[in-house]
Amino acid sequence: MAHPWIPNSVDGIRRAMLEYIGVGDVSELYKDIPEDVRFKARDWDMLPIGFGRPLSEIEVSRHMDELFSRISPPRVPPFMGGGVWPHYVPEAVRYIISRAEFLTAYTPYQAEVNQGLMQALFEYQSLVAELLEMDVVNCSMYDWSSALGEAMLMAMRVTGRRVFLVPETMNPRHRRVAETYVKPHGGVLVDVRVDREMGYVDLDDLSSKALGDVAAVYMEYPHYTGVVDVNVGHVGDVARRVGALYIMGVEPISMAILKPPGRLGADVVVGEGQPLGLSLNYGGPYLGIFAVRWDGNLVRNMPGRIIGLTEDAQGRRAFALILQTREQHIRRAKATSNITTNEALMAIAVASYLSLLGKTGLVELAKHIWYKSHYAAKKLSEIKGVQAPLLKGEFVIDFTVRVPVKALELKEWLKRHGIVAGIPLNGLAWFSERDLLLTVTEVHSREDIDVLVSSVEALVSR
Amino acid sequence: MNFRQARWSEPLVFEMSFEGRVGFIPPRLDDEIVRVVGEFRLPEEVSRGEPPNLPSLSEIEVLRHFVRLSQMSYGVDLGPVPLGSCTMKYNPKVAFKYAFHEKLSYIHPLVDEDYVQGLLEIIYRLERWLEAITGMDYCSVHPAAGAHGELAGALIIRRYHELRGSIDVKKEILVPDSAHGTNPATGTMAGFKVVEIPTDERGNIDVEALKHVVGESTAGLMITNPNTLGLFDENMVEVAKLIHGVDGLLYYDGANLNGLLGYARPGDMGVDVLHLNLHKTFSSPHGGGGPGAGPVCVKRRPVKDGITLVDITPGYRVTFDERTGRYTVREPGSHSVGLLRSWLGNVSQLIWAYTYIASMGPQGLRLVGETSVINTNYFIKRVLSETKLYTLPYNPERPRKHEVVLSAERMKYETGVAAEDVAKGLLDAGLHAPTIYFPLIVKEALMVEFTESETKENIDAYVERLKEIERVALENPEEARKWPQNTSVTRIDNVKANHPKTVTPTWRVKILREKGVIGPLR
Repeated sequence: MAHPWIPNSVDGIRRAMLEYIGVGDVSELYKDIPEDVRFKARDWDMLPIGFGRPLSEIEVSRHMDELFSRISPPRVPPFMGGGVWPHYVPEAVRYIISRAEFLTAYTPYQAEVNQGLMQALFEYQSLVAELLEMDVVNCSMYDWSSALGEAMLMAMRVTGRRVFLVPETMNPRHRRVAETYVKPHGGVLVDVRVDREMGYVDLDDLSSKALGDVAAVYMEYPHYTGVVDVNVGHVGDVARRVGALYIMGVEPISMAILKPPGRLGADVVVGEGQPLGLSLNYGGPYLGIFAVRWDGNLVRNMPGRIIGLTEDAQGRRAFALILQTREQHIRRAKATSNITTNEALMAIAVASYLSLLGKTGLVELAKHIWYKSHYAAKKLSEIKGVQAPLLKGEFVIDFTVRVPVKALELKEWLKRHGIVAGIPLNGLAWFSERDLLLTVTEVHSREDIDVLVSSVEALVSR
Repeated sequence: MNFRQARWSEPLVFEMSFEGRVGFIPPRLDDEIVRVVGEFRLPEEVSRGEPPNLPSLSEIEVLRHFVRLSQMSYGVDLGPVPLGSCTMKYNPKVAFKYAFHEKLSYIHPLVDEDYVQGLLEIIYRLERWLEAITGMDYCSVHPAAGAHGELAGALIIRRYHELRGSIDVKKEILVPDSAHGTNPATGTMAGFKVVEIPTDERGNIDVEALKHVVGESTAGLMITNPNTLGLFDENMVEVAKLIHGVDGLLYYDGANLNGLLGYARPGDMGVDVLHLNLHKTFSSPHGGGGPGAGPVCVKRRPVKDGITLVDITPGYRVTFDERTGRYTVREPGSHSVGLLRSWLGNVSQLIWAYTYIASMGPQGLRLVGETSVINTNYFIKRVLSETKLYTLPYNPERPRKHEVVLSAERMKYETGVAAEDVAKGLLDAGLHAPTIYFPLIVKEALMVEFTESETKENIDAYVERLKEIERVALENPEEARKWPQNTSVTRIDNVKANHPKTVTPTWRVKILREKGVIGPLR
């Protein structure tokens, strides 16, 4: 049987190669596997793998078409964020990451033959650095949450301490992932109070908890609740006072209009790259942003790969993997992280997205979203019994809403009207079962928003 | 030599910028929205003021730029990439349209299962197939990459000992000296002390040395089999007995699974926990360094009080109700090690691997394994019989599996031409270099893995080029140090790249340094 993806499976070649090797049958090459655990071909072929036999491309694509016919995205993109958000992905971005030379390349261990890939990753690092006004950016982590986990491990290495102060309204999934990362090392997350009117971190509570055992203070910017906290700068002061690192977690599109972390005293910035040109894909692949400021101790303790600018033997501009002595393939048990494969292709998507939108486009997009989310909040707030936004602090994309019914009931009702909207907030800090997190972006038209509002009204005023 | 890579003098996007150009614009805001909302405003304390210093480019400029950059890159779709332990096989194109399907664009991970039944079926079935391929009882596709799967596995080992109340004693993870660097790094990340075990002359784990180290503090051992020498570790079953004898768990690094496909399963050889790399064995493209997918699999080994390893695996669980025919997603249970990332998994990579396994079936996968092993041994015999300066350390008589580690030590000793020069000489002929200087136990290592995807013609061409390199090394070693000449750039200045005064991780650093705002990296 010659297989289309296995060129040497054609009988003539296979036999010639075996003959050259000097074995009569391929099984002779497996004789060092103990007999009691070695499979006979007919037993292996009976295993429930795939559909019990090879399928042709025509059969496979029919099968996949059938499965995909049972994937039915909602008619209107979901009004749902909370860590990843529905955004439009320009076709040019999709095209660029489908280029075979990027898509099918390995990690650029051989720099001379992969300069283009490395330049694209260097550009990713450089574009994100400008957006955040942070000096050093690695070429990606898995997602926001794992980037946060690694940032916290890094803070433990740098400070030798183990307590993390986090806002009580922190993204609950990010909290769980961070705990998975720091728990084996004795790391503990301690809540800082958030005020119930504006949604800002309580600076007094923060100061009283900021003691000599704090490795880092973590702030989301904007908060999980969507609130842009006016205290972000002060939080950094508190962290610095006790010798703790200041880690900020960011949504990147709003960075176009918000004061960047580099001007707010951040030592480390993590965040989600998904809004910058990646599909939602029901969970991944996404991209974790990881950045630090220009400080040798921080840079040498950061995880992940970094591409740097240098020259070749003839003085031409060139790119190389740099500061590799932090990494697992050199330092083994003493490495700053075990990460190797990251989200390089997604980083190229982000680089092309940021290049396309550029200075003007990204600011315009952020403002566009700001307008639409505020429009939605305003319209919702006109419904009797609805508070939108519930937290009065300024917001850009996500905002909190309190409705006079249970959030879950509202979600069910909207679903019946073809609308997927909101993340119930019950269980997070002091939120009630009538509270939810709502999201509006550029993919929602005014008509979409009006339908959402009228559907909420229809339920509430029933 | 007729290879010549593209050599665009491509500026950075920052250097191409022309104020006012734009490559993408959002739709115009509805007047009604502006009327209702009023003026755009932000509190002073958090307002950016100036726009970020991003470039301004039109769409065609951006597109040409990245297409040119792609032409200065090298992937499996251009030619052989025989990087050892990376399993750079062909990424079948039928999977592409499903893996990157537009239908998935707005599918938020929190939407109800009703919207994604077809997708959940793919994930559920993929997990069952991976169980059958590995002989394990449960696989979870939660981890984002191989090293992430390793971390999941090491945390499972940790949780096992926590639940059994022995974590204060079980402080050590054992790792063979031939292991991938991720293994010891993972052990540390999961809070263990890492102890290295030497390799014996046959290329197996040195069991006598292991016996001296195994004890009550042993939490587990991480084995790679076939190991990074491409050899099946004949001591595996005994190693498993030794580890289980002290209530340790045996971890299997699945990076090299291609070498076993069709002939053996880790689950039948005493393995308790393992991870797989879908972007290696199961054909998901590597994307220049990710995304990957690193499922973690376990045996239903009892932990205590009816809890098994299955209950402590991380991540969300896709379940199937046979009565209703419906798939659902469950939160991790109370004994689980928890979440290692926010959401379910790297869905695109899962769809790719599903398509691949569905296409292959058991017979196809057996052919994959066999052909990768035939390709390796054919290559070895040709190199050893037609060259003098490449050698095969660790028992050259034993057949290798999916990969082989040659040594250029003799070449370096006799001619001064090192493994790195050999690698650059291959690049110059349009052939991707092997993995070099790994594993650490082989001097001047050249680690070659053709996979089943390579043609005999290309393997022959690779051998011919190695012979040519040997000839140059003997006759004119100075020439070898000038390689590569046919790639976009010549050899890289790594000293400048890493020196505190010149290290440049971003464009921002270059500009700020030139302005005197920042000094050397201290």
